[in-house]
Amino acid sequence: MLEVQNLTVSVEGKRILENVSLSIDKGETYMLFGENGSGKTSLIMSIMGIGNYQVESGKIIYKGEDITEWPSYERAKHGIGIMFQRPPTIRGLKLKQMLEMVKRDGKDPLELAEELNFTDFLDRDINLGFSGGEIKRAEILQLMTQDPDLVLLDEPESGVDIVNMGLIGNSIRELLQKDLHRKREKSGLIITHSGYILDYVEADKGCVLVNNTIWCTGNPHEIMDGIRSHGYEECLTCQR
Amino acid sequence: MSEIKEKALKAQNKKAEYGSDINIDEYSSNAPQYPAQDLENIDIVDKERLLNAGVDITGNERSGSFIQVDSSVLHASPRQDGIEIMSMVDALEKYSWLEEYVWNVVPVETDKYTAHAELNFQGGYFVRSMPGARTVFPVQACLYLKSEDVSQNVHNVIIAEEGSELHIITGCATDSPENRGLHVGVSEFYVKKNAKITFSMIHNWSRRVAVRPRSATRVEEGGVFINNYISMHQVESMQLYPSVYLVGKGATARLSSVLYAPPGTDMDVGARAVLSAPDTRCEIISRALSTGGRIVARGMLVGEVEGIKAHLECQGMILKGDGEIKAIPELDGKVAGVDMSHEAAVGKIARDEVEYLMARGLSENEAISAIVRGFMNVDIEGLPPVLKEQVDKAMDISDKSLF
Ligand SMILES: Nc1ncnc2c1ncn2[C@@H]1O[C@H](COP(=O)(O)OP(=O)(O)OP(=O)(O)O)[C@@H](O)[C@H]1O
Ligand SMILES: [Mg+2]
Repeated sequence: MLEVQNLTVSVEGKRILENVSLSIDKGETYMLFGENGSGKTSLIMSIMGIGNYQVESGKIIYKGEDITEWPSYERAKHGIGIMFQRPPTIRGLKLKQMLEMVKRDGKDPLELAEELNFTDFLDRDINLGFSGGEIKRAEILQLMTQDPDLVLLDEPESGVDIVNMGLIGNSIRELLQKDLHRKREKSGLIITHSGYILDYVEADKGCVLVNNTIWCTGNPHEIMDGIRSHGYEECLTCQR
Repeated sequence: MSEIKEKALKAQNKKAEYGSDINIDEYSSNAPQYPAQDLENIDIVDKERLLNAGVDITGNERSGSFIQVDSSVLHASPRQDGIEIMSMVDALEKYSWLEEYVWNVVPVETDKYTAHAELNFQGGYFVRSMPGARTVFPVQACLYLKSEDVSQNVHNVIIAEEGSELHIITGCATDSPENRGLHVGVSEFYVKKNAKITFSMIHNWSRRVAVRPRSATRVEEGGVFINNYISMHQVESMQLYPSVYLVGKGATARLSSVLYAPPGTDMDVGARAVLSAPDTRCEIISRALSTGGRIVARGMLVGEVEGIKAHLECQGMILKGDGEIKAIPELDGKVAGVDMSHEAAVGKIARDEVEYLMARGLSENEAISAIVRGFMNVDIEGLPPVLKEQVDKAMDISDKSLF
């Protein structure tokens, strides 16, 4: 599904990712760990093709095609969807209008909004005055409407209360077809600090970004435990 | 000679405080005359251009219509009890008391345009809602420029009697986008005790028209005045700075303008409110978008008594080209205990917003146009759906010129 090959990325002339490689198969979910500022957001923004993330070298292969030079909207149209960590507010643009615009096929945004208990927000300006948890729900709702094949999630649990975590967790399960066992088509790359999301969404692998690059790939629970007891520095010495 | 005529004569060469100076002599006040017609028979106007200005010539879903072409009143009739619609000429004949409402809130000696409107008076509309009456649908008034190089000089008086509610849409249009002309429109609004006027004005002028509206409103105790002004097309020169006087306890006003200036457009548009009674409230909001034209967006709040509250907001966006937007907010507090604020910003389109929408699958142009639409989408109270559609349609048309 996705293959990131030796990706080096800079923002405003500053190198943020160096030689990052990562490969996610169809139906697989990856957890991405790493300390603050390690470049996790930058990595998924680069995969999405957001303008100011300059690819200096390396390649992004998606569904067998080299998309490194594609504009973000082409990637979106081909099934890559992202949850922003800090999405901007767009005044005057209603969430409902946004959903109409991003809808790919099939799914009815209004029904999805009901599932997420979010219908009261449909007539609000997108993200204007949304609380932290509401922003997450709005992002998930947009993603559900888009129904992407590769789902990039930036800290879906941060700022979300326990009840809404249930809603969001289930939506992510749905996005990633977690209830299908054999014919799972959707893949995910999920950034998390706490790992709470693992209570809802099983991941196939975990990887850690340290010092601008990916150091360690393995069982997500083991990695999580390792970080908890030894910190991120430990990953540098890990031989996996 | 009447005192008013005298004042007008004296002000004949008095330049306006704002806006470029128009040579009125270049325009004739003697346009061809057209006979009165029933709505369904009116055939000398371009219905499409009127519709773009919010005027539905069928008169459906309207509580009455007034149509003036150049200097001729083609049609003036209400469709609902408790609502009066007449040409000013007829109204002045019918009601001797009306004199008191003429040049009352707008001084005749304001500038050469008000003087010109007095000295070359051609009509205009008189609309009144009787005490307690409420318009079911909006009343529509249309001022239309058909002949070349004429000056249309109208004087309108709008009265909402005690406890009544009056909703008016005024659409202004030219016969073609090429018409050359001058429009001078004086409008005086009177909102009586506990009454409400919602006035929406849509301009669909041409790139060769000069526009000089002169209007003012007096709002009495508990009265509400909602004013929506929309100009979405190229216009050579337009300047207006209407005033609202909140003179009765608890009177409120909300004035919104949505302005779009493509290249070749020069607009100087503002709104001013004087809050001179306790508990009066006012909000003035404007959105200005330039793709190469020039907009001066003014706003002024004057707080004269303790306990008033008012807010002014001017937001401008220059999308491309050598457009110019100048936001000039002014606050004038004359006593302690007033609460007035303003917020002004002129900027460009935010890159992170464009990136956000692009990541959702919108092309760059689609993203820009969605953001610009959002920017121009002030929640305009009382804007009927048809008008909302017209604004959206105007945005569709201007979409092409956004890039
Ligand atoms: N536009 C920018 N200009 C300068 N530096 C930037 C810019 N964007 C990101 N950076 C820097 O790049 C580094 C990586 O940022 P990134 O947002 O990818 O981190 P992160 O791993 O997602 O962190 P967090 O866990 O705090 O969200 C940080 O040091 C950040 O300050
Ligand atoms: Mg981050």
